[in-house]
Amino acid sequence: MNRIKHHIILEDLKEAKKVKIIVDGEEMEAYEGEMIAAALLANGRKQFRYTKKHHSPRGIFCGIGRCTDCIMTVNGVPNVRTCITPVEDGMVIETQKGVGEWKRGENGV
Amino acid sequence: MYKTSIAVIGGGPAGLSAAIEAAKAGAQVVLIDENSRPGGQLFKQIHKFFGSKEHKAGVRGIDIGKQLLKEAQELGIEVWLNTEVCGIEQNKLLWAVKNKTESVQLLSERIVLATGAMENSIHFPGWTLPGVMGAGAAQTFINIHRVAPGKKVLMIGSGNVGVIVSYQLLQAGCEVTAIVEASPRLGGYGVHTAKVCRAGVPFYTSHTILRALGENKVEGAVIGRLNDKWEFIPGTEKVFEVDTICIATGLTPLAELAWIAGCKFKYIPELGGFVPLHDENMETTIQGIYVAGDITGIEEASSAMEEGRLAGINAAASLGFYSSKQKEKLCNEVRERLDALRQGPFGKMRRIKKQELITSRREIRCHQQQIV
Ligand SMILES: Cc1cc2nc3c(=O)[nH]c(=O)nc-3n(C[C@H](O)[C@H](O)[C@H](O)COP(=O)(O)OP(=O)(O)OC[C@H]3O[C@@H](n4cnc5c(N)ncnc54)[C@H](O)[C@@H]3O)c2cc1C
Ligand code: FES
Repeated sequence: MNRIKHHIILEDLKEAKKVKIIVDGEEMEAYEGEMIAAALLANGRKQFRYTKKHHSPRGIFCGIGRCTDCIMTVNGVPNVRTCITPVEDGMVIETQKGVGEWKRGENGV
Repeated sequence: MYKTSIAVIGGGPAGLSAAIEAAKAGAQVVLIDENSRPGGQLFKQIHKFFGSKEHKAGVRGIDIGKQLLKEAQELGIEVWLNTEVCGIEQNKLLWAVKNKTESVQLLSERIVLATGAMENSIHFPGWTLPGVMGAGAAQTFINIHRVAPGKKVLMIGSGNVGVIVSYQLLQAGCEVTAIVEASPRLGGYGVHTAKVCRAGVPFYTSHTILRALGENKVEGAVIGRLNDKWEFIPGTEKVFEVDTICIATGLTPLAELAWIAGCKFKYIPELGGFVPLHDENMETTIQGIYVAGDITGIEEASSAMEEGRLAGINAAASLGFYSSKQKEKLCNEVRERLDALRQGPFGKMRRIKKQELITSRREIRCHQQQIV
């Protein structure tokens, strides 16, 4: 676990409500409201997507929603910046290949 | 369509300060930020600030952030979170997307752009591997999200962000294996550099990163020495076993909205690249559009707050909320504090370059007047 529970300057990490997310079909634990990227990193996941042409892996790069390196398919919607999107209970998160696929209609988007 | 007197875009130290000053004057303000929480980069700055008492020296960025939020709340400033501003039309009509789904329009009489900056990258074989990230990204994860990006970190760049984040990585329990600096001299403030030195982190000056190692994620890094022409000297390679490589090689102003609005720019490398021209009141070449903070040149949170105040006071005054005498008094106080911040070798260069921006703005105005 690489969660920073105790810190010299900051207060102890507050125990947030735990929720379940499904990442590539596998159930993982996350804290309610934390960013998807933080939850994945805390679960030891560093690869978030693979590029279209060279299929090379990408992960967290800017951490503030600027670079789109961390995009994944979330609840069927591709290209979601996981570093600035909070987790929700039952969220379905998938590693994105290339530009992803829109599953129109299913999610009402 | 919504309407307001002053719209402030960006809820970092600059935007918050602008909104607070404008609201204090009595103007109706809407503050917009794309994040779920205001504060911009302030809440990840857990180090103590420099300057004098008026600059809140000795107070940590995170606590300054809390104070600003409290003030904004007490003034009843309307804050739109999760709202990304995507366009500015003529006559100051803003187009934004709320909660990634809802399109909204906001017509405002004055606009303050305080959108901040993004980190620069350098490119080397393996720079796209998971595990290579901006130093600010690592800072965001350890101090805000409270998850360590890795166990062993190599820091590229010894400027302020490089040394501050290195120290904060140590505080978070990570190991900082080394700090690599291409220049023969270290680049950060002495106080922060000394702290990292005392913690035993080795510095490699006149060195650069040659490549990141690993297939699917970072497993190591190779660095090498540079000669006085900044060329790599073969045979000087050193290999580090690290799982994270942080890049701290400067920031670039995030000025898309100013471009869209049609503001005039100038390229000033010392300020981070293309920056929108502004006058001594932070007004751009477009009447009624103001800028403040990193968007007008990379500095730090203390100066971003002062610039924000200037923008807020002037936007409010231009709508009649202050007499010109009141306005001048308030602005002069802020300008004095800004000058005091822009001291020392770093600050002086910034003061000169900021003056260059203001002078260029003035020249354009003279030119426009001649045409009229
Ligand atoms: C990741 C990172 C870490 C940093 N760490 C340090 C540090 O430790 N020490 C230091 O001295 N300096 C640091 N800096 C420099 C820092 O930018 C300044 O200290 C200061 O925060 C600048 O204030 P600002 O208000 O101009 O911008 P910011 O604090 O960046 O605030 C800008 C805000 O505007 C929002 N925004 C941008 N575009 C839009 C849009 N279109 N619509 C809606 N909202 C938008 C952004 O999301 C952000 O919340 C860091 C910068 C970055 C990027
Ligand atoms: S890491 Fe850059 S957008 Fe998420």
